[in-house]
Amino acid sequence: MFTSSPFEPLPSTGEAPAYASPPLVRTPLPVPPAPGPDIASRRVGLPSRRDDAALADVLGHPAIWRRGSARAKAADALSTGFDALDAALPGGGWPCGALSEILVDADGNGECSLLLPALATLTAARRRVALVAPPYVPYAPALAAAGVDLAQLVHIDAAAPDTHWSAEQCLRAGCCGAVLNWLPRTDYRQLRRLQLAAETGGTIGFVFRPLTAARETSPAALRLKVVAGADGARVEILKCRGRFESAQAVRLSA
Amino acid sequence: MLWACLRLVHLPLDALHAEDARHPHVVVEGSGPRRHVVLANEAAAKAGARPGQPLAGAQLLCPRLAATPRDEAAERQALEAFAAWAYRYSADVSLAAPDTLFLEVGASLSLFGGWPALERRMRGELDRLGFAYACACAPTAAAARVFARCRDGIAVPAAGALQAALATAPLAASGLAAGTVDTLQGMGLRVLGDLFRLPRPELARRIGQAALDHLDRLRGLLPETLPRWQPPARYERRIEFCYGIDSQRALAFPLQRMIREFALFLATRDGGTQRFELRLEHEDGACTRIEVGLLAPQRDAASLFDLARARLERVALAAPVHALALHADDLPTLSPLHRDLFDMNRREQLDWPALVERLRARLGDAALHGLACVADHRPGRAWRFVSLDAKSPAPMPVRAPRPFWLLQRPLPLRGAPQRVISGPERIESGWWDEGDRRRDYYVVEVRGGQRAWAFLESGSPADAAAGWTVHGWFA
Repeated sequence: MFTSSPFEPLPSTGEAPAYASPPLVRTPLPVPPAPGPDIASRRVGLPSRRDDAALADVLGHPAIWRRGSARAKAADALSTGFDALDAALPGGGWPCGALSEILVDADGNGECSLLLPALATLTAARRRVALVAPPYVPYAPALAAAGVDLAQLVHIDAAAPDTHWSAEQCLRAGCCGAVLNWLPRTDYRQLRRLQLAAETGGTIGFVFRPLTAARETSPAALRLKVVAGADGARVEILKCRGRFESAQAVRLSA
Repeated sequence: MLWACLRLVHLPLDALHAEDARHPHVVVEGSGPRRHVVLANEAAAKAGARPGQPLAGAQLLCPRLAATPRDEAAERQALEAFAAWAYRYSADVSLAAPDTLFLEVGASLSLFGGWPALERRMRGELDRLGFAYACACAPTAAAARVFARCRDGIAVPAAGALQAALATAPLAASGLAAGTVDTLQGMGLRVLGDLFRLPRPELARRIGQAALDHLDRLRGLLPETLPRWQPPARYERRIEFCYGIDSQRALAFPLQRMIREFALFLATRDGGTQRFELRLEHEDGACTRIEVGLLAPQRDAASLFDLARARLERVALAAPVHALALHADDLPTLSPLHRDLFDMNRREQLDWPALVERLRARLGDAALHGLACVADHRPGRAWRFVSLDAKSPAPMPVRAPRPFWLLQRPLPLRGAPQRVISGPERIESGWWDEGDRRRDYYVVEVRGGQRAWAFLESGSPADAAAGWTVHGWFA
């Protein structure tokens, strides 16, 4: 009944969308006649005070976002370590319990370094980080230099049919702080599974995909495109749950 | 102390799993002409077969009589199985050959709600096992055995009432040696009460000190010593199939049953398992062995089954499977995790070993690694895979930038890089182990705008048009 994101396709019934302002006048519920001001308010067709309170309760639900408000309620998020990017993301960082997609056209655009401050924070808090089927060897000295505690890092070798399974297990178990996945070929259905697993486990899931996937729809809560620039990586936010403005670019200092 | 005594009254017959009770059937012992009846079933007893009778005599009385030689190994095994069953009700279980089992239930009464409730529960389970039994309880084990020999269902929980109850028991059930019983019956004594009334010195002279001690033990005047039964330290089960099974999915069902029994056994022992073996037996005696190893002892049936099934699915069945066996020799004690009440990472500690087991079971034991730094200047040797949870040495402090990805095999770069961002950093090391390297490393930008970690063999100028090799990506 409540959509968690205004970006999810809504059934086009011709009515006002769920996130629009609620109609001011509602048909009062049939309540047994009670003495006092209730009767008067019902006579003129205004909603009773009890209805107002119930409506406020419903609208207070964190999954409902109203167009009028400036930003969604701060969701659980982990700071990316880059102030400019934090400011552009609605929760103020990587969304927890959700999938974040990072799209790049080639290796070496600085896409993984984007995660290093967050990984350092997580491993410092003794949370485990799983790397599922990375395409190359994550270079331990570089990770250590970025402040990542290597003891919390798990490198998982998985061949093609098992990568999704491993990623889903790690996300669902809820015992990893973050799970990094490299999925060159995947589809909406499989990503949806991963997104649900991340929600179940409350884990931050990162998926690295080729830039060509930007055209496809994705169930991920956050989609970023990382482009190499002359003076550092440029991050474009393609999709972001909880924010209405479309594509926005952030330049990270090199 | 309150001892329950369980006597398997038809053990020689029941251990053979004789199917039809209506058909006359006896168990015999001895060889040649001295073969005699040990136990006759109801139909044979009705025809006149008695224990101790020569087999030839019994066959004369009942021509259709079936005779089976006694199998004492099967009896022993059945008794062991009952001991394992009784171990769930008491920590003190003792076996007395050939057919009796004692369990100390005094310590278990408050848990099970008193002797009547415990007895009801035990009888409910015993009835399903299909063995004829007699059960009694008394403050001493010897007395409980006397009652169990007399009749099923006698319970004398109070020590004060014990002597009076024993006094009515016949001498034949007293547990005294057969010769002593004959002597006493010859004197006109019939029940234990007659013995208790006699003066001790006279009685000792006639039946000996050992028999007198037995009478004292019955009444609890002397302490009893009973050998304590211990559950076996290994586990073996085997299921045979009527026909060959050639799909792993079909094997999952017997496997699940087997693992569930195994987990029950582990729970009874209050232990876990760290390594067990599944054997898939094929028709011609061939056997596929599947080792299931765990990082820490476990006994949860569901997770053990998941792991075993994952291992099973990785095995290609060469031939139909005719029997499935489970062997476990390593049954360490299980030490549950102790945790802080307010520990925030509670879930993490609980689930992490389970997750690792699950991944290892499906991906193989070598699929999960940790990463560690090695104190070496050469990039290819500055890191290595380590086993999980290994301590990593502190990395060498390096000022120069290091890439996120390192290529296992450096790739030649086509042409010159678009731009040199920083460098050179000379890495010259390894003269001692044949891996001598002299390279100048640069951070460069290649044509697509990506940043690479590339090197030139030392001595080449930084604006060289060729000879660049990419060793990593600043991803």
